[in-house]
Amino acid sequence: MKAAQVPHLDALEAESIHIIREVAAEFERPVMLFSGGKDSIVMLRLAEKAFHPARIPFPVMHVDTGHNFDEVIDYRDRRIAELGVNLVVASVQAAIDAGRVVEETGPRASRNKLQTVALLDGLTDGGFDAAFGGGRRDEEKARAKERIYSFRDEFGQWDPKNQRPELWSLYNGRHRRGEHIRVFPISNWTEMDVWQYIEREGIEIPSIYYAHRREIVRRDGMLLAVTPYLTLLPDEQPEELLVRFRTVGDATCTGAVESPAATAAEVIVEVAASRITERGATRADDRISEAGMEDRKREGYF
Amino acid sequence: MEMLRFATAGSVDDGKSTLIGRLLLDSKQIFEDQLEAVERTSREKGFDYTNLALLTDGLRSEREQGITIDVAYRYFATPQRKFIIADTPGHVQYTRNMVTGASTADLALVLIDARKGIVEQSRRHAVIASLLRVPHLVLCVNKMDLVDWDQRVFDDICAEFTEFAAKLDIPDLTFIPISALNGDNVTTHSEHMPWFGGPTLLYHLEHLYIASDRNLIDPRFPVQYVIRPMSDRHHDYRGYAGQVAGGVFRPGDEVMVLPSGLTTTIASIDTFDGPLDEAFPPMSVTIRLADDLDVSRGDMICRTRNAPTATQDLDAMVCWFHERPMAERVTYGIKHTTNSARCQVRDLQYRLDINTLSRDDSAGQLHMNDIGRVQLRVTAPLFVDEYRRNQTTGSFILIDESTHETVGAGMIIGTGD
Ligand SMILES: Nc1nc2c(ncn2[C@@H]2O[C@H](COP(=O)(O)OP(=O)(O)O)[C@@H](O)[C@H]2O)c(=O)[nH]1
Repeated sequence: MKAAQVPHLDALEAESIHIIREVAAEFERPVMLFSGGKDSIVMLRLAEKAFHPARIPFPVMHVDTGHNFDEVIDYRDRRIAELGVNLVVASVQAAIDAGRVVEETGPRASRNKLQTVALLDGLTDGGFDAAFGGGRRDEEKARAKERIYSFRDEFGQWDPKNQRPELWSLYNGRHRRGEHIRVFPISNWTEMDVWQYIEREGIEIPSIYYAHRREIVRRDGMLLAVTPYLTLLPDEQPEELLVRFRTVGDATCTGAVESPAATAAEVIVEVAASRITERGATRADDRISEAGMEDRKREGYF
Repeated sequence: MEMLRFATAGSVDDGKSTLIGRLLLDSKQIFEDQLEAVERTSREKGFDYTNLALLTDGLRSEREQGITIDVAYRYFATPQRKFIIADTPGHVQYTRNMVTGASTADLALVLIDARKGIVEQSRRHAVIASLLRVPHLVLCVNKMDLVDWDQRVFDDICAEFTEFAAKLDIPDLTFIPISALNGDNVTTHSEHMPWFGGPTLLYHLEHLYIASDRNLIDPRFPVQYVIRPMSDRHHDYRGYAGQVAGGVFRPGDEVMVLPSGLTTTIASIDTFDGPLDEAFPPMSVTIRLADDLDVSRGDMICRTRNAPTATQDLDAMVCWFHERPMAERVTYGIKHTTNSARCQVRDLQYRLDINTLSRDDSAGQLHMNDIGRVQLRVTAPLFVDEYRRNQTTGSFILIDESTHETVGAGMIIGTGD
């Protein structure tokens, strides 16, 4: 019998599948948030595994800022068709058009904050009582204490005082009508685990995660992609660099990193090495601003 | 690479944050910019050293602000293992956090300040680790630099703790003298304590044998979800999805389904990645049965000759989490494996004083952070094992019926009278 060792990716996968099935069993209308980013791609794959050979028994929701990388939308549509699930698009543009929110203007305008409104509208309109998100606890200090089942107030905000203790693998999903929770099935995964899983499973992710040549501008220590949505400042000179993205969000404020890593295996090597050698002001600045972006994204999104 | 989950506990200022910061730093989980920020704050606050505790400082600031303090989860990996730390704040009233952290832990790490020796809190932590049956306990005697690296201090603490631990059920106990501040015996051997022949803390965490801690003897499969594709390709497919809670299942095994008691054989064990020859904890799989039985969520697949007890009476140790105390004759919701029901508190036999291990028979209620022995009557049979035999089929949570909060956690000792 080979029960001796359970590789960490298998243990994480089994835990995540357990969580996804538990929510599907105990909630009436779950929905899985999907951004096209690597974490939500892994989460969607886990959902696919959880119900195989049946279809995923809930729809997938994309909170669409309208500022997308084309590669990400292509990927989304292909994947959704492959899985045969319903896609719900919660559109920030629609919220703007309906006058629900006012768009920021100027070169540094971002739609990240507006995502919250689109998301909450989407959840209400769909009557969803549980929303899966791809958040991980290793993302930042404050996240470290977030539960797997995360109870939200009526504004969708995390209420640290009103969280339920989670013991063993017993999750308490009781809720009142109208209440909804966020569920984070990959809470215990780290960035490294996600990359290792992508590589082990041969999961396709949008091409912008890997090295490609692209027109970028340098702004606030970040490398921003030149897209129709980005307003250039007077002194900004686009240049072409070999870059990849570490997250994919609103194209106007997602920073790229210079990198020749063209495969998951090469990214893993970079992620591992950056923990040791990421020294010096330039890289550190990069890192801080990147973390800052993540935060803003999180405020808006999850 | 295997995964090891451990819970850390210590009284305030024993050096827990420093130790965790040290482990994260030495395993290269800390980025330069984070470290620089900590060095800067250390200087600003007038420390003449880098205060690693600042790395995990989320909890401390909360403590100062008096907000709810909770278990924080942290992650690091070495080439040997991936680690998940359940960092449980060590304040007196936070028994519930330690219980929560320990419920999923392979190992409990209890910190002691070498100058203070074993205090009430240390005993409390050890008792909780043993109640929750955490298989491995490591006692780190910290701040050895402040007692001149004196072997006698360490030996005395070990002796005293060993004597106390004899009253508990702790299968594996290890002592390590450390200085979290300087890193002695954390990831590298200490030059200051040549008298210590044991492993460093990190080496111990990396090499400890944990594969046998799971129950691979008693086959238990709580049915979580019924998979019925109803598609053209899988027209008649009916699979029972769940996470194996004990033992090993193989295709061809004769199995029994509870509560019906009907028997059949396993037709196949399916996963997205193909069928399996065997399934064991903690795998999430889908089992197909040879016969068309009526099986649904909450049912249990086991063996004819090795089945859990189906019972409505539970005898359990319960840890109480809520400000509103647990009282006799009150009804709560109960969740056990994939089963939900209601239960009534029939009798609170005693409250355990976890400092002295004495039993208070006169307690009429369990208050927040109390642990007591309780008799429960459940509205429908649950399929249970003793917690000591199986942590998944031996544990449950109690839920307030009106607020839906999780108010207690229980470990089954037996099946009542
Ligand atoms: N001398 C010495 N001081 C230590 C050691 N470990 C921690 N400390 C100090 O003890 C104090 C409390 O440590 P901290 O990690 O914040 O404790 P916590 O409350 O258990 O998290 C801090 O000032 C630390 O710098 C050690 O090994 N030696």
